[in-house]
Amino acid sequence: MPHLHDEKIKFLEGKANDVRQSIIEMLLAAGSGHTAGPLGMADIFTLFYFHILKHDPKNPEWAERDRLILSNGHICPVLYAAMAHAGYFPVEELKTLRKFKSRLQGHPHREWLPALETSSGPLGSGLSQGVGMALADRMDNGKASSKFFYVFMGDGELDCGQIWEAAMLAGKEKLHNIIGIIDRNNIQIDGFTEDIMPMEPLKDKWESFGWHVLEIDGHNFEAINDAVGQAQAVFEKPSVIIAHTIPGKGVDFTERRFEWHGNPPGLGPEDVVKKAQQGAAALEELRTLGGRIKSEHE
Amino acid sequence: METINLNPKLFDKDVEQLPIRKGYGDGLFEAGKLDPRVVALCADLTGSTMTSTFSKVFPERFVQVGIGEQSMASVASGMAAMGKIPFLASYAMFSPGRNWEQIRTTICYNDRNVKIGGAHAGISVGPDGGTHQAIEDIAITRVIPRMTVITPCDAIEAKKATLAAAKMVGPVYIRLAREKTPVMTTEETPFEIGKAQYFFVPSGAPQVGIIAIGALVYNAIMAAKELEAEGIMATVLNLGTVKPLDEEKVIELVKAAGAIVTVEEHQIIGGMGSAVAQVLSEKQPTPIEFIGVRDVFGQSGEPNELIEHYGMGISHIKEAAKKVIARK
Repeated sequence: MPHLHDEKIKFLEGKANDVRQSIIEMLLAAGSGHTAGPLGMADIFTLFYFHILKHDPKNPEWAERDRLILSNGHICPVLYAAMAHAGYFPVEELKTLRKFKSRLQGHPHREWLPALETSSGPLGSGLSQGVGMALADRMDNGKASSKFFYVFMGDGELDCGQIWEAAMLAGKEKLHNIIGIIDRNNIQIDGFTEDIMPMEPLKDKWESFGWHVLEIDGHNFEAINDAVGQAQAVFEKPSVIIAHTIPGKGVDFTERRFEWHGNPPGLGPEDVVKKAQQGAAALEELRTLGGRIKSEHE
Repeated sequence: METINLNPKLFDKDVEQLPIRKGYGDGLFEAGKLDPRVVALCADLTGSTMTSTFSKVFPERFVQVGIGEQSMASVASGMAAMGKIPFLASYAMFSPGRNWEQIRTTICYNDRNVKIGGAHAGISVGPDGGTHQAIEDIAITRVIPRMTVITPCDAIEAKKATLAAAKMVGPVYIRLAREKTPVMTTEETPFEIGKAQYFFVPSGAPQVGIIAIGALVYNAIMAAKELEAEGIMATVLNLGTVKPLDEEKVIELVKAAGAIVTVEEHQIIGGMGSAVAQVLSEKQPTPIEFIGVRDVFGQSGEPNELIEHYGMGISHIKEAAKKVIARK
């Protein structure tokens, strides 16, 4: 993985900003959809589509391309935006998101947009598909394979048992060219992940399933890039990158209004309730883009 | 109306018996020899799904996923995305039972070329009891767009179906039974996905058509033979494929016979009979009687005991035939 020099980082920051603008525009045009996840993952998707992926937007069928499998299909606005800006289809088309006959279905469907590696929406199935792809590739190319299979997952979908069935299989098969990216933004539809279904200690979980685990700031291009480079260099097991992200990153009226790391000691029960209410209100504001679109769980 | 090369010993008491699932194992092995893209997956049931014939000879093309049917379906989808032709097998109760949504979304919605072998389908699973008797699998597979649903009547037909599934592009479900059942066909009997065949043609003009699938085709033939001795003429059609349904043949039979009995080891709700009724009510309204499980779960017992208890025996088919003729 080539190192990121300052000029490239500046370029990526500009692209990530374009991607975010597109996400907001397309969600406003659609009037519904998911906001927090796509905005939080904009930096990572930008880095992948403009630096990491071995791909050719003009030839999406290229057999030797890396595969990017989006498991949590509901964050597809960021996928569509990154793909459009990378040249897969016109940026103008983003405004058709969720509209009748649009190639940009509410959740990705590869029949409509064949450049997609898979269709997704029902959570928990992406890792298994990535594992299947990597297994098939190993049958054909053995260790000579030069492809990587990047599976993007949300932290909420780690509730699904299927993820862990696939994690066990990848661990057993020592699939070194599988690289999982977990969007650790700590939220899911009904609230905070640690309230709904605690994930921690997440690093230990993946390690115990036979994975190499990296944990990074998902908004730091150099950190993401270095982690992917390290993951690519691990040859005896699959790797997963836990990327800590801020939901709604880049939207000033919501960003950093969430308290992501639990409640500090010394808070009374009333304070905790108040904080939870504030958190929920902030989340709702983000999810509706300040009341301008329908919330994802309506 | 003509029958095709069936087993000449079909009406002998010692007619050869083989488990239908063996045909899947043989067909998979044969398909693997013919096409290097064929791969197999199994969820800790290689022996009873007969996947072991393949996995022993082609270990490099076999994936043991453990008891994880949901993941298995999606792993197969991923392998198909890379050009493989995956065959995944488990008990029908778990696949397509437990992993229905993964089959629906990651295989069918994704249009992936994956084949699903569901063993231990039907009530004749026997002593294992109701948990293991898949009598809903036809309903849940035929409802999915793009899915082909094949219900072989014996081991030889199952082998042909498995080979045919490997050759066609698109998702296929192959329904397999556990117990040894009579071998009705021979290597020479033709088989084509989506084509039904007459397995018994009576000596006189037919008064009723019996449309059957799976091992119960044998009971249907025996019923028709007994009816013939009583002077009631019944033609038996082995449907073979539930989806796509051979409408032309079904309508041809109805035009000749004027009444239908459907016979399946499955819930009547949503099963093969429902599919036939749907076609006929649109195109050729006809009196139909349905033989199958009537909205209850199974239980432990010997296969024949259960077939009789749940109303799928030879006598039940005969009664239904007489009843439907009276309704004409």
